[in-house]
Amino acid sequence: MSEQPPVALRGLTKQYGRITAVDDVSLTVNEGDVFGYLGPNGAGKTTSLRMMLGLITPTSGDARVFGHDPQKSVDALADVAGFVEAPRFYPYLDGMTNLRLVDALDGNDAKSRIAEALDVVELSDRAGDKVGGYSHGMRQRLGIAAALIRRPKLLLLDEPATGLDPGGMRDMRALIARLSAEGMTVMLSSHLLAEVEELCNRVAIVRRGRIVYEGELDELRAAAGLTIRLRTSDDEVALRVLADRRGISDVVRHGAAPIQFRAADEAAIGELSRALADSGALILELAPSAATLEDLFFELTEGEGDAEAEAKRLDEVADLTGGPE
Amino acid sequence: MSRPGTLTVYRWELRKLRAQKRTYLGLGAAVLVPVAFAIAVAIQPGGPTEVPFGSYVDDTGLVFPLVTLLFGSIWFYPLIAALVSGDIVANEDNNGTLKTILTRSVERSQVFFGKVLAAFSYSIFAILLSGTVATVAGILVSGFNPVPTLSGTIVTPEHGLALVAASLGVYLLPVLAISSFALLLSTVFRNSAAAVVGTLMFSLLLQLVVIIPGLDGLQPYLLSTQFNSWQGLLRTPADWEPIIRAAWVSAAYAIPSLVIALTVFLRRDVAGG
Ligand SMILES: Nc1ncnc2c1ncn2[C@@H]1O[C@H](COP(=O)(O)OP(=O)(O)OP(=O)(O)O)[C@@H](O)[C@H]1O
Ligand SMILES: [Mg+2]
Repeated sequence: MSEQPPVALRGLTKQYGRITAVDDVSLTVNEGDVFGYLGPNGAGKTTSLRMMLGLITPTSGDARVFGHDPQKSVDALADVAGFVEAPRFYPYLDGMTNLRLVDALDGNDAKSRIAEALDVVELSDRAGDKVGGYSHGMRQRLGIAAALIRRPKLLLLDEPATGLDPGGMRDMRALIARLSAEGMTVMLSSHLLAEVEELCNRVAIVRRGRIVYEGELDELRAAAGLTIRLRTSDDEVALRVLADRRGISDVVRHGAAPIQFRAADEAAIGELSRALADSGALILELAPSAATLEDLFFELTEGEGDAEAEAKRLDEVADLTGGPE
Repeated sequence: MSRPGTLTVYRWELRKLRAQKRTYLGLGAAVLVPVAFAIAVAIQPGGPTEVPFGSYVDDTGLVFPLVTLLFGSIWFYPLIAALVSGDIVANEDNNGTLKTILTRSVERSQVFFGKVLAAFSYSIFAILLSGTVATVAGILVSGFNPVPTLSGTIVTPEHGLALVAASLGVYLLPVLAISSFALLLSTVFRNSAAAVVGTLMFSLLLQLVVIIPGLDGLQPYLLSTQFNSWQGLLRTPADWEPIIRAAWVSAAYAIPSLVIALTVFLRRDVAGG
């Protein structure tokens, strides 16, 4: 069954009354991916992960992990571990006993493995304390430990860095990177583009239950990143030069703010700089606009228009810039 | 790596029960009530004459557990059973831990049956503990003496002790039915206070049904009636009819409760927490 992708969602939909929490989501996570499931509050990230873990039943469509349906039997989750929202444990048992409990429910009794996992999440010295007295971040760490003792091939994490201190976030990222390097497939949800950018090779951006973008992160970066900012000694002239130029598009200028445009490639920018100099509009600033990926993300997830139109716009951008392939 | 199952869940449910205060609240009450009764009799001889065996408390300690069972059946033992059985599923909702255990390698049905076994074990343990404490305390106060039966005969202390043990066993039938009902409410309400109170209300309301004119014919089939069925053992010869009825009537309450609870548990969405 190893040819089956770790995650395959097909037309996955979950309806809560009038609210469509997850709306016809289809995506595939391939072996070795660190897949970012990115979206704002209420986008449906947790709901999707719950369906992948067999905790809730889809209204329609299905979620498969390694080709198996977790709705049918927990056997489907044999190679899967993870958690949704904040990991929860029995507050009246200590951390170690909680881990021994979940390990027993896996059919194991591996004290050394538990000790090792506690070590990885740096909880060893608090393992004897009741979980009721743990801080939020400590529970988060315990959740990671509980997932690791299962030795999964696929790790599903719902906003894993939530509640961690900066050092904890750094450790969490390092851990995910290490697990990925060791061959684990990871799917994590996040609000934070920066987090996903740092960790993930592929990303799906969701908005109100719908996927508005899915693909390589590099592609998205390419689609967003070639917006150029331009200031010249004479912007009126510069605008005339920019107009109808090959490889230049989406020229905008808001009042006194720098001109912005998208360039198909670097050659087009080189050509442009010569043309500008010839025209007498001297370049004061010509630079890739920072934070455009962030802008694109907000545009995709917050725009007023419907998600499909946004996605189409993104496709056009991607076509224009050529993408990395 | 062995395959985990219902027994794995059962073992860990017992371990969880041992770590929770509510368990000791129930067991503590199960011990304290017969002890308090024994102390009261020791201080002021003369028992409650309005119940069977009540007037013999000064003659033999072996009637102490029987009197405790009679008084406990209205709400005390149902409450003790409900305290844990009504919490055993709702507790997971309260702690948000269903997602933690349902994403491991045990099926939902195994989790459910493990919980049923644990809840039953607790109820059985609480009743037997209470009965044992009542017997010991009674013997200390009034001695290990021959026991009068409901038919007016007298049996030896040894025979009387065996009858007490058998009575406790028969008493467990309706107790387990109450446990099952509490489990149902625990599963459906997802809130342990609501499940415990609901079970108690159910148990009390059943006893009121017979007040309604025309419904008194239902009496033999009410769960509350089954709490008295053990008295059939204390006749000579033993009257098995109420005991057999207790078995099937209790099952008629317990099995549908468990079937509905299981169905709900298997189909429910585990969201929240
Ligand atoms: N059990 C439920 N009952 C009713 N509505 C629900 C339920 N669970 C989720 N929803 C709704 O589904 C939508 C998606 O919720 P979900 O928790 O999946 O979002 P999310 O992307 O995880 O958000 P966040 O970033 O805030 O965690 C929301 O509108 C939410 O109100
Ligand atoms: Mg969420």
